[in-house]
Amino acid sequence: MYVLIGVLVVILGFMLRVNALVVVVVAGIVTGFLGGMTPLQILNTFGTGFAGSRSVTVFAVVLPVIGLIEHFGLQEQARRLISKLSKMTPGWLYALYMFIRQGTSAIGLMNIMGHAQTVRPLIYPMALGSAERKYGERLTPTMRERLKGMAAASDNIGAFFGEDVFVAVGSILLITGFVDSTYKLKLDALQIALWAIPTGLCALALHVGRMRLFDRRLDRMAAEGAVQGSRTPAAAAQSEEQH
Amino acid sequence: MITSEWVYWFIGLIFLGYGAFAFADIPTSKRYGTAAFWILLGLSFGYGTFVTAGTAPAWVLGIVVLILTALVGTGQLVTDPGKGPTQEQQRAGADRFGNKLFVPALVIPVVAVLFSTAIAAIMIGKTPLLATGTQTLTGLAVAGIIGALVGMWMFKVRNPIVPLREGKRLAYAIGWALVLPQMLATLGTLFQTAGVGTALGKIIKVIVPSNSLFGAVAVYCVGMMLFTLIMGNAFAAFPIMTAAIGYPVLVLAFHGNPAPIFAIGMLSGYCGTLMTPMAANFNLVPAALLETRSKYEVIRAQIPTALVLLVCNILIMWWVAF
Repeated sequence: MYVLIGVLVVILGFMLRVNALVVVVVAGIVTGFLGGMTPLQILNTFGTGFAGSRSVTVFAVVLPVIGLIEHFGLQEQARRLISKLSKMTPGWLYALYMFIRQGTSAIGLMNIMGHAQTVRPLIYPMALGSAERKYGERLTPTMRERLKGMAAASDNIGAFFGEDVFVAVGSILLITGFVDSTYKLKLDALQIALWAIPTGLCALALHVGRMRLFDRRLDRMAAEGAVQGSRTPAAAAQSEEQH
Repeated sequence: MITSEWVYWFIGLIFLGYGAFAFADIPTSKRYGTAAFWILLGLSFGYGTFVTAGTAPAWVLGIVVLILTALVGTGQLVTDPGKGPTQEQQRAGADRFGNKLFVPALVIPVVAVLFSTAIAAIMIGKTPLLATGTQTLTGLAVAGIIGALVGMWMFKVRNPIVPLREGKRLAYAIGWALVLPQMLATLGTLFQTAGVGTALGKIIKVIVPSNSLFGAVAVYCVGMMLFTLIMGNAFAAFPIMTAAIGYPVLVLAFHGNPAPIFAIGMLSGYCGTLMTPMAANFNLVPAALLETRSKYEVIRAQIPTALVLLVCNILIMWWVAF
């Protein structure tokens, strides 16, 4: 049970807002010692773990091209394009993106979209563009923050609850691999994939519903922001802190 | 045969470039710490090839990981991306290039799809051109390169330093969060070897209601979520929760249908992934990419969805599996 102290270190560290990298490394070292590992074994685990998980950092290869097209005005153009669609709201845009992300993930195309490839250069600027057209001067910094968070959330939710419908995805292979070898079952990967569909449909319906509410919330925030803006800057800053 | 190691070496080279920029671009003494961070990171991507092959000692990389953390922990890493393009520059670019600006961005998904389908099928003799399991990874890397080349051609940029410098701007904005996902994967391994999972499994076993089907379903799903919150990864939670409840209680004692139980159990874990900073690549890295004020902005947006979907999962499993 002592090994759970490592978990406690993580929770405390995140709560006290210590740098996450430091928290993770300290928790790793603590857990390793409590689990009876020698310093050399712990160092070896850090080395092999780091080397073995390099694939999660591969998204960094698209940063140069994304940075390049941003430099030449991609975000600006994404805004202009979307502001021509007068019916488009941030909520509808995010619902549509989540739907496309879920659909492409479900047929195994996980990597064609993502936070670096699509969310930062295209989706967030488009949502910002439609919000700017809709709210103009009333678009507050807090609304921008909510727009950023929801852009990334739409990507994650679409990807997570789409990918498991595809048969050859890691999690399904993990399920069948683990269960078949441990319990001598013969599970069909296709069966597992099919049973991911109901939750996937729930996720889609929920996101579409949430995005309608999100639009209304932005409307409210814009209205409140306009009231705040008419007060003195000091008073506005004060009420900002209370959020 | 092209393996993912080629991709890692290429990324390593890019990171070395980012390290070189630190000397040129940062006026303060932090240039040394920042340069050291990116150069060590770049070297570790190449050295990792030999660690995974077992031909070089892993502890060397372990020490590098500790040095990277120390550089970050002592505030030696500059995360200010420097001057980006001005509003005027962006407007001028949009005026000049218009919708052509989307072309390099669209090259990325097109090339990625080609690689995971057509090019993955190419065989040289009996071995595939792209090593099995790494096609999409290689595809993404090639897509990044081709996209950059198309962009350079379109914008008449001759110097490859230009896209590299733009990449540096985004990478510096992400900063140390870029390596956090890899560190968390390591922590997951350490948790596993030290027996954190088994210890938590023992606690879970005590609280499973043995006479209530609905209770057992709920504990399995909520347990998957909580475990994933702690471990940062539903894959780490699945074997433990399934050994504690999923198989012995739900499948054996209550005669449930295994396929929906395990499929929906895993998806309950994903509800945890949406809410934990431990899943840094999904939650903290995008926050850094979008330059949010709070690094928990993405998690905040996801919590309602995660909780409602957890309830959906419990009800669906209860309904369809028994």
